[in-house]
Amino acid sequence: MSDFRRSLRLWFAPQRVREEGTTPDYRFSLANERTFLAWLRTALALIGGGFAVDQFLPDLRWGVRAGLAFGLLGAGVLCALRAVNHWVRCERAMRRGEDLPVSRFPTVVSLVVAVVAVAMIVIVFLGWEGDW
Amino acid sequence: MRAPGGEGGSSGPDPGPAASDGTPGSWDEARDPGLQPERTRLAWRRTTLAFTVAAVLAARQVVSTDHGGLDAWGTVAVGLGVLLWVGFIWAAHRRIGVLGSSAHPSSLPTRMALTAAGCTMLLAVFALSMFF
Repeated sequence: MSDFRRSLRLWFAPQRVREEGTTPDYRFSLANERTFLAWLRTALALIGGGFAVDQFLPDLRWGVRAGLAFGLLGAGVLCALRAVNHWVRCERAMRRGEDLPVSRFPTVVSLVVAVVAVAMIVIVFLGWEGDW
Repeated sequence: MRAPGGEGGSSGPDPGPAASDGTPGSWDEARDPGLQPERTRLAWRRTTLAFTVAAVLAARQVVSTDHGGLDAWGTVAVGLGVLLWVGFIWAAHRRIGVLGSSAHPSSLPTRMALTAAGCTMLLAVFALSMFF
């Protein structure tokens, strides 16, 4: 957790990232930037999915629809936060010449997406969508 | 500007095209076979497109008849959404300009990363407010 606090300090004092270590090869920085953008697109897709659930599934009961939309939007916010945090930590690790940070976040997101997908398949195949 | 921590090559991308001409360590400064700046520029472009899709869905949400059409709050909400979209596109275009102007661009400023992720998160928060 103290590691997270240190990262959080770096978010709001960006020049401090530059004070540490040496500037890495520009290709590594750009690769880190593209990873950040890929996570940001994942976040945007989840947020767009949240909007889409609310707009294109009007037959679902309000509770189910809002629950699905909230879940997707919450996952989108988490992804965006995580994108910045992971980018800062990778940037710092590269400047210090340390190993890149590992994370179980991709596994969690994959599992959540898989569970939601299975739930949707069950709902569609059992023809429940009209009853909700 | 050499790659850090080359021993073992355990982290980061392949350090260069050294193997192709059989002289390890020789790096032609003018030639980047990985097209890293261009790939990063295109990643920003894709991300702006994803943001635009999410923002259009947000606008559709506000003006949809389910939410009472375009009332006073709706007008404010559309204005905020446009502001977020402009903020994101502005950050992306500044970065695209930097990436296009130099063969070895500097790494992404933290403020720009925060702006991009912040706009994404605010879009989701904005979506959540639509439910009430």
